[in-house]
Amino acid sequence: MNQAMTTAFDVAVIGGGVMGCTTALFLARAGMRVAVVERDSLCRGASGVNAGTLTLHMTRAALVPYAIRAWDMWMNTDAWLGQSVLATAAPGLSLAFTEHEKTLLQQRAAARRGYGAQIDLLDRDASLALEPGLNPAVLQAAYCATDGFASAYLTGRAYHAALREAGVHIFEQTPATRIDRVAGMYRVTGPADAIHIDATRLVMAGGVWLEPLLAMLDIDIPVKTLVNQLIVTERMPPVMQSVLSIANGLLSMKQFANGSVLIGGGWQGVGDRVRGGVETVPDNLIGNLRLAQHVIPALAQARVARIWLGLEAETADAMPMIGALPGLPDAWVIGCVHSGYTSGPYMGKLLAQAMLGEEPELPLFDPARLMVPVEALAQPH
Amino acid sequence: MPDFDVLVLGGGPAGVNAALAASAAGLKVALFDENPAAGGQVYRAPISSAMPPTGDLLPGDALRHELDQSAVTTYFNHVVWAVTADYRVDAAGPAGPVHCSGRALIVATGTTERVVPFDGWTTPGVIGLAAATILLKSQGILPGRSTLVAGCGPLLAAVAAKIIEGGGKVEAIADIAGLGDWGRTMPAMVSRPDLMREGFHWVREIWSAGVPMLSRQTLVKVEQAHDGLHATLAPCDAAGRPIAGKQRSVVADCIAVGHGLTPSSEITRLLRAEHRYSRQAGGWIAVADQDGRTSRPRLYVAGDGAGIAGAAAAGHHGTLAGLACAIDLGTHLGTHLGTDLGTDAAQLRSRVQAARQAHAKAARFGRSMAQLMALRPGHTDSIEPQTIVCRCEDVTRAEIDAACDAGAHDMNQLKAWTRCGMGPCQGRTCGDVAAELLAARVHGGLREPAGCLSARTPLRPMTVEALTGNFSYDDIPIPMAAPL
Repeated sequence: MNQAMTTAFDVAVIGGGVMGCTTALFLARAGMRVAVVERDSLCRGASGVNAGTLTLHMTRAALVPYAIRAWDMWMNTDAWLGQSVLATAAPGLSLAFTEHEKTLLQQRAAARRGYGAQIDLLDRDASLALEPGLNPAVLQAAYCATDGFASAYLTGRAYHAALREAGVHIFEQTPATRIDRVAGMYRVTGPADAIHIDATRLVMAGGVWLEPLLAMLDIDIPVKTLVNQLIVTERMPPVMQSVLSIANGLLSMKQFANGSVLIGGGWQGVGDRVRGGVETVPDNLIGNLRLAQHVIPALAQARVARIWLGLEAETADAMPMIGALPGLPDAWVIGCVHSGYTSGPYMGKLLAQAMLGEEPELPLFDPARLMVPVEALAQPH
Repeated sequence: MPDFDVLVLGGGPAGVNAALAASAAGLKVALFDENPAAGGQVYRAPISSAMPPTGDLLPGDALRHELDQSAVTTYFNHVVWAVTADYRVDAAGPAGPVHCSGRALIVATGTTERVVPFDGWTTPGVIGLAAATILLKSQGILPGRSTLVAGCGPLLAAVAAKIIEGGGKVEAIADIAGLGDWGRTMPAMVSRPDLMREGFHWVREIWSAGVPMLSRQTLVKVEQAHDGLHATLAPCDAAGRPIAGKQRSVVADCIAVGHGLTPSSEITRLLRAEHRYSRQAGGWIAVADQDGRTSRPRLYVAGDGAGIAGAAAAGHHGTLAGLACAIDLGTHLGTHLGTDLGTDAAQLRSRVQAARQAHAKAARFGRSMAQLMALRPGHTDSIEPQTIVCRCEDVTRAEIDAACDAGAHDMNQLKAWTRCGMGPCQGRTCGDVAAELLAARVHGGLREPAGCLSARTPLRPMTVEALTGNFSYDDIPIPMAAPL
């Protein structure tokens, strides 16, 4: 494209993951002209490549109220998204195999119960009755009915169709290279100056890329990139019916209707936000698989079909940043939600409420707390 | 510290010659292959020594003998499942998981056979030409009592001749290429009279057996019936598209069909070397110089995996990659190649010159053959809407078209939207054809913007237990717990 394209919108959303897309969807349905500007394809960084777990066991305790509401949204996509991501309700079991894990399990279950998660403790026999394929060495399990999974790879397709239908303009393969204030609007410039998108409001929803994106607005908020490893097996006969995790949170596992088993848990690969997920670390892969095989011994015969990496964003305090950006008119940020796929759609809905001048159902997460003060920057290292 | 100077992946003519050249130059070399013996597809070793020798055994035996006599450490029956940026190779072998690392890596992983889908191509009894070759060469087994051989390229004659030699019946050979296509290969063919003679020998056998050789005929349908497989052949144009005209029906109990080869470039793609698409070379290949140096330091490609040029060329290309590696590592390591590095280096360079000339001759022949089996746009375009393209996940042409129309514009997006390429073949069977369909529908036929499926580990599907080995729960290094 040689000619610069300039278009005016009510809102430009930078970043086409679950949070940016949901925000865009609700704003468009409220009548705004919305553009989603995505560096790659929709839901390719984290939202379409994560484990698809819809669980309270791995959600940070303080986010449980959000995750419960988001879980309802995922289970009822017909009502608001209009497209299926094969969200499936299944019981969630978090397991303990050692005395230490038992203590951890009880602490974590209690903390999450405090925020409204209905989590009960099951002894060994009750756990095995619920999930007969479990390693009988299990000591205890935390049980939660509000659990399940989606096929995350369908997320991009679902949002693509929903956004198109809502009249949102989708700019894929369009990394924002700069953002300026021009005549009271935000001007987002695409690669090689080929695209200019002008908008009254700005939503920064760039996941692990939020740090460099916010820097374009002279806002300094460090964002850490986690490079999570995911493993999927070929289709196999049923070996589990619940979503399985371990007390320490380093395993997540479920079997889809087609028979394939997805294994995750946040084991790290090599990568960063510049290069993306570069490569898996064989020892981490083996560790993750050993954990999975320990939990469900029948997985020994499963064949691993594919391993990949997804990027997860984390702030300094590992809590989200969702809300108005300080010092800028009509500029907002959303992201860095732990277990962000589970809670994502509800977070997007909340931000849309705030932007539409409504009182959000639950409090947002003020990004100002995360800003590195200018004095700190000025000090010599 | 690396365990080896050079790791060679693939034990066909390219890999073995690369290993031999590097080893002869004084480097410590390991070679991996998932098969029980060296030889690759063309010089495949028979499983049992009781099998009668065939024409291809001689060069294969010489290759295996030379490898046995060399200092190369071999890991046969080892499936490589991961390769990392620091050239660590993880493999699963008969004695469990192994891993080692090298200063340099030579990738000589050959090709995958392409089958352009048609109605009924997933019917049991329909197999690839390469699969038929494996049956014939390694086990001396006929693919069927009667076989229809269809598709394009020199494998048609090779497979048909071997079936006849083995006492089987070939019902017909249906070749998408026309006589004119073959005629255009003649100037290149004379560059290797030995290979040309081999080809004529096959054709003579086929003629003597009275097998109908049909040119510009393509397989459009296979149905299972009580008396065997009923295949429908239709005349086609130069682009491989079926055209109006008399169709014919052939009954056989096996149909061996292949539409060319695509380079297996998963490892170099996994390592993020620079790649380009070449229709003539068979698909996506690593950008490399004539000796196989890729865009990534100390990473080399050799043989058909670097672009289809045939087995004869692959051997010389392997030698070139092995020598390039020795020269580069010699510079890199200083005195590693012996005290008189100057002389050794000069010797290496003169060997490079000789190998380049031999390679050029053989590659001219091989590339003219590759031309015959390059993917033809009309051929993929004529796939019927209800025909399955991704046979692991049952994704039809219509579903691929629908995803393209809904906005999927590259292969990885198409994969996520349709599951095309997510099954056990990891996209090796469907990837090239699906990309051709997407390119035609979204990018005016250009393959580059359509991209290709991301290469992923494991490079082959692996059982969990092959990767986990023996372990106890206490030994699993559990990372720090996630924040509460």
